[in-house]
Amino acid sequence: MKFLIIIYFISSFLFLSQSFKTKEQSIKDGYEIYQDFCLRCHMSEGEGSKGIPPLAKSDYLFNDIENSIHVVKNGMKGEIIVNNVKYNNVMESPGLDDEEVADVMNYILNSWGNSYDKLITYEEVLKIK
Amino acid sequence: MSMKNYLFYLLITVFSGISCAQEDTEIKNPKNINYSYEIVVPDVDIPWGLSFISENEFLYTEKSGQIFKYNKGEISEIKGLPDIYVRGQGGLLDIAIHPNYKENKVIFFTASSPLGEEKGGNTALWKAQLKNNNLENLKLLYKGEENSTKGQHFGSRIIFDKMNNVYFTIGDRGNRDKNPQDLNRDGGKVYRLTENGKIPETNPFFNKNVSKKAIYSYGHRNPQGMTRNPITGDIWIHEHGPKGGDEINIVKPGKNYGWPKITYGVNYSGTIITDQTEAPDMEQPIYYWIPSIAPSGMSFSTSDVYPNWKNNLFVGSLIFEYLERIVLDGSKVVERIKVLDKIGRVRNVVESPNGFLYIGVDGKGIIKILPN
Repeated sequence: MKFLIIIYFISSFLFLSQSFKTKEQSIKDGYEIYQDFCLRCHMSEGEGSKGIPPLAKSDYLFNDIENSIHVVKNGMKGEIIVNNVKYNNVMESPGLDDEEVADVMNYILNSWGNSYDKLITYEEVLKIK
Repeated sequence: MSMKNYLFYLLITVFSGISCAQEDTEIKNPKNINYSYEIVVPDVDIPWGLSFISENEFLYTEKSGQIFKYNKGEISEIKGLPDIYVRGQGGLLDIAIHPNYKENKVIFFTASSPLGEEKGGNTALWKAQLKNNNLENLKLLYKGEENSTKGQHFGSRIIFDKMNNVYFTIGDRGNRDKNPQDLNRDGGKVYRLTENGKIPETNPFFNKNVSKKAIYSYGHRNPQGMTRNPITGDIWIHEHGPKGGDEINIVKPGKNYGWPKITYGVNYSGTIITDQTEAPDMEQPIYYWIPSIAPSGMSFSTSDVYPNWKNNLFVGSLIFEYLERIVLDGSKVVERIKVLDKIGRVRNVVESPNGFLYIGVDGKGIIKILPN
């Protein structure tokens, strides 16, 4: 029973610390992650650069949000088509933890003219392998 | 829309067009292409480091945390690596065989390491002996202090001098205001150690009141290319600038290369870092790139394998996806010409013992350039 109580407290602590982040806070934290890990290639307005697809108003990003989370989490390589332009490059896994992935997704999905109603949560990212 | 507004938007469009396009108009296309290439090792995601044992045998790293040995077409993975902090630009970085490798089987490599008390990682230099595709007698020679979860600017390249001293680079670790100008902190430096990891007494800060006596030069941003000039013997590095202002520097002991007090670049957002491009007691680059090419890997061609390429400098460009051939007059850049245009993100360039140039290209692998 004592064990169960401890588990209960630990899980509610985790629940509180991860899920109760507001969208606003998550976007703010995601901005910092973006500056650190994404900016160099995807650029400050999400416009992309030579051989690197845009994130601003990107059909690829919004067509399959789960896949986009997967990419941020694990990286990707090979040919993709973004807004009718072909790209073939390597994006290495940036090595972010699940909360950071959620934050940077929320930032990207709500910046430079992008908007997305739902909040990407830590739990959602955790489920995507 | 009023005429005034229209003009305003037109101007905005024109200016944002200029800042986005960022074409390099100074580099030339070759007049005739008298080379081809072959892929020696296919499908390497990020081929960071490469070091030749002999013409047909070399070691290479994959940034995600692996070392491989190529021997006449056969590839074996090297085991026994330390724990590596793979995040952002960090991971397994450069590799270099000891100048007497044939006798002692010693190799050096740099990688970002999570060792230490704080969360995160920093660049470290290891030494080990390679036996049966296994790293033995692994020894940590240097670990950049104060870990950081920042994803940027780990460096790192390795070279030796005639005394077998080892030089390596650590970038500013995303903390430009604290690290590069402080001789009591790691980051934004070129370092020099003896092959056993000791600090040479001839190091510029050996007798000075600073805590990081391994520092050889400082005020760097993120050096990811380092080589020796075959004519002068000087150490040449290049470093990534911010937006614009990538530099080639000749590294001299104890000198300050100015980052971030002086720079020819601006922030990624376009805002100003400093309006100073030079200052007393700070070294000037011999060349700077605007726009940034994102330079990675650097080597001179010292052979007669390629017509007219001898003593030219070769630099990989991640952004523009070609190798730059730089014609020099002493230390003055005379001409820049594209080699293997559109080949992909060029991560590294190394000259083989027989004088062939090999490049590492993200996603493609390790490529040998062949003269026609």
